[in-house]
Amino acid sequence: MAYKRQIDRLPIPPKDAKVHNVTCHYCIVGCGYKAYTWPRNKQGTLTENAFGINLGEQQAADGTWIAPSMYNIVRQDGKDVHLAVVPDKDCVVNSGLGSVRGARMAEARPSYVTGTQQQRLSDPMMWRNGVWQPTSWDDALDLVARVTARVVTQGSEDDLVVSMFDHGGSAGGYENTWATGKLYFESMKVKNCRIHNRPAYNSEVHSTRDMGVDELNYAYKDYEITDTIFMIGANSLETQTNLFLNHMVPGMRNGACFVSVDPRRTVTINAAEEVAGKENVLHLAINEGTDMVLFNALFTHIVDNGWVDKDFIANSTFQGGEATPLDDGHPAGLGSLDYALDACRTSLADAAEICGVSEADIAKAAEWIAKPKDDGSRRTCVTAYEKGIIWGNDNYRTIGALVNIGLATGNIGREGGGVCRLGGHQEGYYRPSDAHVGRPAEYVDQLLIRGGGKIHHVWACDHHKTTLNASEFKRVHKRRADMVKEAMDYAAGGTREQLVDAIVGAVNGGGLFVVDVDIIHSQIGHNAHVILPACEANEMNLTSMNGERRLRLSEKYMDPYGNSRPDCLIAAGVAQNMERVLREMGNEAYADQFKGYDWQTEEDAFMDGYNKGNPEVTYERLRAMGNNGVQEPVSGYADGKLIGTERLYTDGQFTRHGREDKKALFCAAKWRGWQAAGKAREKETHKYWINNVRANIFWQNQFLDQDIDFIQDRFPYPFIEMNEEDMAEEGIAAGDLIEISNGNGATQGMAYPTDTAKRGHVAMVFGSPAGSQGNVVSPGVNELVLPDYKHTWGNIRKIANATPRVKAVSFKSKEYRSA
Amino acid sequence: MSRCNKMVDLGRRHFLRGGAIAAAGAATATVLPAEQARAASGSALLDYPANRLGNVADLAVNEPVDITYPDEDSPGILLKIGHAVEGGVGPDGDIVAYSVLCPHKGWLMSYRADDKSLNCPGHFSRFDCEAGGQQIWGHATQNVPQFTLSVDDKGDIYAEGASDLIFGRPSNVL
Repeated sequence: MAYKRQIDRLPIPPKDAKVHNVTCHYCIVGCGYKAYTWPRNKQGTLTENAFGINLGEQQAADGTWIAPSMYNIVRQDGKDVHLAVVPDKDCVVNSGLGSVRGARMAEARPSYVTGTQQQRLSDPMMWRNGVWQPTSWDDALDLVARVTARVVTQGSEDDLVVSMFDHGGSAGGYENTWATGKLYFESMKVKNCRIHNRPAYNSEVHSTRDMGVDELNYAYKDYEITDTIFMIGANSLETQTNLFLNHMVPGMRNGACFVSVDPRRTVTINAAEEVAGKENVLHLAINEGTDMVLFNALFTHIVDNGWVDKDFIANSTFQGGEATPLDDGHPAGLGSLDYALDACRTSLADAAEICGVSEADIAKAAEWIAKPKDDGSRRTCVTAYEKGIIWGNDNYRTIGALVNIGLATGNIGREGGGVCRLGGHQEGYYRPSDAHVGRPAEYVDQLLIRGGGKIHHVWACDHHKTTLNASEFKRVHKRRADMVKEAMDYAAGGTREQLVDAIVGAVNGGGLFVVDVDIIHSQIGHNAHVILPACEANEMNLTSMNGERRLRLSEKYMDPYGNSRPDCLIAAGVAQNMERVLREMGNEAYADQFKGYDWQTEEDAFMDGYNKGNPEVTYERLRAMGNNGVQEPVSGYADGKLIGTERLYTDGQFTRHGREDKKALFCAAKWRGWQAAGKAREKETHKYWINNVRANIFWQNQFLDQDIDFIQDRFPYPFIEMNEEDMAEEGIAAGDLIEISNGNGATQGMAYPTDTAKRGHVAMVFGSPAGSQGNVVSPGVNELVLPDYKHTWGNIRKIANATPRVKAVSFKSKEYRSA
Repeated sequence: MSRCNKMVDLGRRHFLRGGAIAAAGAATATVLPAEQARAASGSALLDYPANRLGNVADLAVNEPVDITYPDEDSPGILLKIGHAVEGGVGPDGDIVAYSVLCPHKGWLMSYRADDKSLNCPGHFSRFDCEAGGQQIWGHATQNVPQFTLSVDDKGDIYAEGASDLIFGRPSNVL
């Protein structure tokens, strides 16, 4: 039976409710919301309320409404208050639309009164006497600093491994990336670090940057005025929901056609067909991993037909052959159009053969992307890509091959253009230089697996759910962490010095001391020895930018849960304790490196970091800019407003690579089949392609969703979409618990019959706490340590019949069709 | 089905310009008689009206009937599924009723007989009438409100409550 909220009325915010600007802290789009808070014993009326409308009337479609998920009771300045977080109609990003993720922000807050999110960490915890015991910040930070200081001074900073977010929004933002960056890249020079979703500290899109093109170069409004939306490896209706609904749909209503490259038919393609008509939608359902061949054929066809922007190429792109040779840091050479085309040249026939789509469809795509209109005017095209190729085969060359098309057609830096990644989280990166990390960066997961590193500081990352080769990673990480737990157990009752001695002894014998900073007790947190509770956006002020570089201040409206703290202040606490402990150790010079963290608030961290590089931008000014904020880069401040930049490269000067000539480079993206080690063989020896996909209902790895009944009722297990004939062949019925296995490991989920799934293709939702797809992903990466999560092959068997809970779930098609 | 299809067409025309009330009013032209009752105040629970939505004998399998509940501004459907479902009433345990205002943004949804689902033309959300109104896929943060039904000795079907908050109101009973 479907989950019933059994809520049939809600409190009404009074006219004098406090109103706070909120940017949704989940996906890259960053929808605007307004948070209303008011005292527990007050309420508005049907006619006198914060919305200024008559709530006694049925509101029209798109009208103002507080859904039960938008309501909660939270603590503000020590008092319980009502909270309603409602989509903001005046925000240009979402125009009042809420997503199934963001419209649950209120419900996803920890509440002592309504009992929501009681999984949130309230106090630091330490492994003590065989369990995690709550303790004080002073006690926890002291142990972290003593162990860390001892290990890095006895050995080196290379013994400290750090996993840390690099993004904005949830568990990130300029305040928090700055503070962690200052700690690990300025006070220390930690080299062995990685990011939340990949096993090294590196860009996800090296090639576009090396070509001079920042990956977020357009404005969302470009979708509304373009001729063609060219989407690759993305499912925006699910993963950038209101970008699709509020910008792409209007674009298609204005006449844009839609080209999608994806081996899988998605709800995005279905919705595009509903909006634009099937005749204006082209789905290139290519063979998995062959995107580069398609792009090269499009590039070739466009150039050969003369559909290029000659002036743009002459004025804005490099002319002299090779500019950057292929080497260890560059998996492809970069240079002029002709130079690149030599490597990329691919006929329609060859592409059709390799990609498994018709020549006619490839030619049609090229026309929709680049063929000038009948009056000779140029065609505009927005190119948008995401994980399908970022986590795909041969990341560097594939993304480079795609950007080639945008450069050849002059569709970057112009209205209705842009070649952009769609994004996952928001952005919010402001850190000291990471040049010491090197390129290629260390493959940190493999370092840990082979016994490297002695301390692991983990910031809001749950590799157990989200990394590749996760089965092995989890086994080794646990074994090494357990060595330290055992040493700590034996040191029970001893002094701090004895405890530190025991831990250091264990890590010198192959153990790993794990410090986990998170908002919940995560799966990797089960290996932690010290757990430090962080808070989220709106429990602190937080700044981030979205996928069109729109910077907003999302305001604090409630207290951090329990004794949790903003990550930036936790980083400051680590630094201050490092300084103190190092002085005690007599290491004054090293201690001095940890000065400069005397912050009282997150705003202090913002001023110490982002503001120093962008002196025009302050909290006060951002607050005044509201939910529309300002698009970065900010160029000034006048008439009470920050002045931003609607789109990049309007002057045709490309700068992301740092070249003085400001010329964009083309990528010599030569096809070489399966790039990552082991992929080709895995494909040959297993029956099913295991695609790694997302679902709109979950945010990231479900860290909050796992405690929300509405969500878990819908998908009690991770869904695995399968063709029904494949299911019949394997003796699998809808909802049955199935196992996917290969030489890398095994994972599980529930079979979801899908009539649009091709034979031999299955699509498993990523990052589930009840079955990690990463368990079966091989350790193969590209030259710059970018993983290929998308290409995994395995065999499937049934584990168990659908449980009673699963039997109540709907297994109908996810595709809307008008009746 | 034709009736519901018309309702969708009306919905498209009216809701695209935000005319929910007009659309709901239009929908009521085909509605079975409903007796209105007023909520009492002072109780912990809302007092829902007990409205007669129809009679078991009037329903054919998989042919939804337009209703309104708890008042004429809140459109819904009364539906005989054809097999027993949880929450179903009547001799076959298969009669259910749902709000048809999408709990995402309040657009008027249409019934698709081929898979017994409610579908929102606004943003493509879908709800399963055979699974208690569970959102199959969509943007709503709740399942579609299901109306609590009872059947008397004469086969008259009454609605007397709702499982979830209906879009566009702070209280199901205004």
